[in-house]
Amino acid sequence: MAIKPRIGVFICHCGENIAGTVDVSDLAEEIIGYDNVSFSTDYEYMCSDPGQNKIKEAIEEENLTGVVVAACSPSMHEDTFRGAVEDVGLNRYQCEIANIREQCSWVHGEAGDRPTQKALKIIKGAVEKVKRNVSMEPVEREHSAKCLVIGGGIAGIQAALDVAEAGNEVILVEKEPTIGGHMAQLSETFPTLDCSQCILTPKMVELNQHPNIELMAYSEVKDISGYVGNYSAQIERKPTYVDEDACNLCGDCEDACPVEVTDEFNQGLETRKAINIPFSQAIPSSYTLDTDSCLGLNPLRCSECSEACDADAIDFDQSSEYLEEEFGAIIVATGYDLYPKEEMGEYGYGKYEDVIDGLQFERLLSATGPTGGVVRRPSDGKIPENVVFIQCSGSRDPENHNSYCSKICCMYTAKHAKLYKESVPEGNAYVFYIDIRAGGKNYEEFIQDVREEDRVLYLKGKVSKLKRADGKMRIWGLDEIAGERVEIDADLVVLAQSVVPSEGTDETSKKLNLNLGANGFFKEAHPKLRPVESLTGGVFFAGTGQGPKDIPDSVSQGSGAAAKAIDLLAKPKISHDPQVVEIDEDLCSGCGLCVGQCPYDALEINSQGVAEVNEILCEGCGTCASGCPTNALNLRNLTDEQLTEMIHAHIGD
Amino acid sequence: MDFEPKLVGFLCKWCSSAGADLAGVSRESYPSNLVPITVNCSGRIDVNHIVKALKDGADGVLVSGCHPGDCHYTSGNYKTWRRVALLKHVLEDFGLNPDRVRLEWISATEGEKFARTVEDFTAEIKELGPGPFSNAQE
Repeated sequence: MAIKPRIGVFICHCGENIAGTVDVSDLAEEIIGYDNVSFSTDYEYMCSDPGQNKIKEAIEEENLTGVVVAACSPSMHEDTFRGAVEDVGLNRYQCEIANIREQCSWVHGEAGDRPTQKALKIIKGAVEKVKRNVSMEPVEREHSAKCLVIGGGIAGIQAALDVAEAGNEVILVEKEPTIGGHMAQLSETFPTLDCSQCILTPKMVELNQHPNIELMAYSEVKDISGYVGNYSAQIERKPTYVDEDACNLCGDCEDACPVEVTDEFNQGLETRKAINIPFSQAIPSSYTLDTDSCLGLNPLRCSECSEACDADAIDFDQSSEYLEEEFGAIIVATGYDLYPKEEMGEYGYGKYEDVIDGLQFERLLSATGPTGGVVRRPSDGKIPENVVFIQCSGSRDPENHNSYCSKICCMYTAKHAKLYKESVPEGNAYVFYIDIRAGGKNYEEFIQDVREEDRVLYLKGKVSKLKRADGKMRIWGLDEIAGERVEIDADLVVLAQSVVPSEGTDETSKKLNLNLGANGFFKEAHPKLRPVESLTGGVFFAGTGQGPKDIPDSVSQGSGAAAKAIDLLAKPKISHDPQVVEIDEDLCSGCGLCVGQCPYDALEINSQGVAEVNEILCEGCGTCASGCPTNALNLRNLTDEQLTEMIHAHIGD
Repeated sequence: MDFEPKLVGFLCKWCSSAGADLAGVSRESYPSNLVPITVNCSGRIDVNHIVKALKDGADGVLVSGCHPGDCHYTSGNYKTWRRVALLKHVLEDFGLNPDRVRLEWISATEGEKFARTVEDFTAEIKELGPGPFSNAQE
C-alpha cells in the first residue's frame, strides 16, 4: 500500500516580480485545501538560502513526499530547488516547478484576480504531476576516454592539443592533405602583424609530434552513431599514393608531373601539379597525388612521377583505409569558406581577373605566395598603383546576400591596405565601408593607425557600379561623408567577401544530429551561457563553423570546447537522464509502430515479441508513447495519467 | 459577463515553452485564458490529450512545437503535425469545429510570436463562442 502523498507548495514573491501581479498569500491559502497538499507558504525569494531552508525544514517537519515551487521558469532554478530537496533526503524528481513568473505574472497585466487564478491552475497542475512522480536515479554507463576532433584549422589544432595535454587520446581528422586550415594561407595577422605561418607552424608540428594525438589527414568521417560518451565513428583515410615515411620531399615527382591544374592553396592564382604538396611546411610532410587531375594510376598511361622518384615512395596500389573507433566526445571544428563567386553578380567577381577576394590578396602578400610577396595583379603581373578595397561584399545585405556581419573583414581589410601601402608606398589605397567594426583588443588603434599613418583613404559608402575599361577597373561609388559621388580607376579591386560555413557543414550536421542556425552555421546550446556546446550530448564546437570569428576567438573557443570535452572524459561514468520510456509488456501487442517512430533507434521488438527500450539511447521525447495504439508505452514522470490529471486541474469544474 | 474561453496550451520544453519564457522576459502582454502544460516534445502530445481537454470543458487547445527541421528530438514535431492534421478531420466528422485546435511552430527566440499567437487564438475562440463541452462561465 503506497503512502498517501503529502505535497508542500512554496510560493515565491520574487520581490515584486510575481507578488506585484499575483496575490501570493491568497494562492498559499487557496492551495492548502487542494488534494494532497498538506503544507503551503509564501516567501520573498525562494531561491535565496533562507528560502531554500524553508523548503528543507518543511520537508523534515511535515514529512513531505513531494514539493512544488511556484516561482520562475524551471530553466532558471529547477536545479537549485531539486538540489535543496536532495539535501534533506527527498529524491530530486519529487520536486516540480510551477512557472508563475515568465508564463504568468510577467505577461498578464489584467486587473482583478485573473492572473492569480491562472497561477493557481498552474500550481494545481504541478501538484497533480508531482504526486504521481516516481523517484529516479540517473542511468550510469561506462564511456570511451578518446576524443575525435573534426577539422584541422587553428581551432581544431588548439582543441586537440588541449585535450591531449590533459592526458586523453585524440584523433584529429582533416579532409585536406595538410592541417593548418585558412590560417596557413594568411600573410600577416592583425593587429600585431606577426607572420601567420610563423605562429601557426609550431602548433602544427606540436600536434604532429604529440604522443596522444593521431593525425588523420586527407581523411573523412564517413559515419557516426551512438550517444554521449559512446560514439562510434567510421573514418576513411583516402590514398595519397605516396608513402609518407619514404617521401623525402625532394620534389622530383612534381617536376616530372606533366599535369598542371588550379592551385587551391593559392586560391587559383597559380597552378600546381597533379602530384603536389600544398606548402613547404605542410603536415603531414609528404606529397599527395590528386587522382582527379592525374592522368591515371597506371604505368601504361603515365608514370612520370613514379619513375622520377628515387626513394620509391610512389605506390599506385594504395587504397582507402577504414578505421572504426569509439569516442567519448567529439569536437566539431569544420571552419568556413568565402561566399562563392557564383552567388555574387556585382563587382565583377569571378568575371574580371583583377577583382579578387581577401584570401587571394593574402596569397599575393605572402612571401610563399605566387608572386613571392610582391603585390602584382593577376591579369598582367603589373604592380597596382590604385587599389580599391570593398567591405561587406555579400555581408550585411539582407535583400541580396547574407544579412549578418562577417566580423573579421573590417580588420583584415585594414591590414591589407596597410601591407599594400608598405609594399607600394607611392600607391593609393581606398576602402569603401558601411561601418567600421573594430571591437577587439588593440583593434581600433590599429584602424586609426592605418587611416592616419598609412594614409589609406576610407570612404563611407557603397560601390554602385564597376566596369572594366582600358585595363583598369572603373568604380563608381558614394562618399556619404563628403556627400559626393566618387569615381576611381583602380588597377586592382579586393572584395572583403562574406564568411560562410564550410562546404560539408550541412552533411556534418546531419551525421551528428546537430542544429544549424538560419545562416547555416552550427547552433550552440545557448547563445550566451553554452556557446561551445551543441544540443547533442558530448559534441562541442570550435571555430568558425559556429559563426564568423577571428584567430584569437577561434583559439579561445578551441580551448573552451577542449575544456568541456576534458570535463566529460574525466568523469568515471557518464550519467543519463532517467526520464525515459517504460513499456507495459502486458499491453504491448508487438506491432512495432514505436520502433519506427523513435529517432534514436532506442526501441526494438525483442525475442518475446514485445517492445524493449535501450535506456541509454532513449532521450525521453515521448513521441513513441503518444503513438502507441495500445497505450503500452509511457514516458516516466510524464505519463498519460499525469497529463490527464494536469489537464483536469487546468480545466475542470 | 463576457465569455472568457478556457484554453489549454501544450508547449514543447525546448522551443515553445522557452519562447513563452522569452515572452515573459520581454514583458509581452497577452490574455491569461491559456494555461500552459510543458511537455518534453510536441511529439509527446497524444491526440487523446487534446480530446480529453476538449471533453473536460476546454474551448480551445493550442499545440506548439519547434519549427519543422528544428526539433530538439529531430522529428517529434513531424509526428505531431500528422497527428493534429488527422485529428482535425476526425473532430469535423464528430461535429466539432477543427479551429478549436491550433498547431503552431514557435521557437525559443519567438517570444513575441508566442504572445501574439495566444492573443489571436483567444480572440478567435471568443468569436467562435463556447465549445460543446465548455465549462467556461458566460
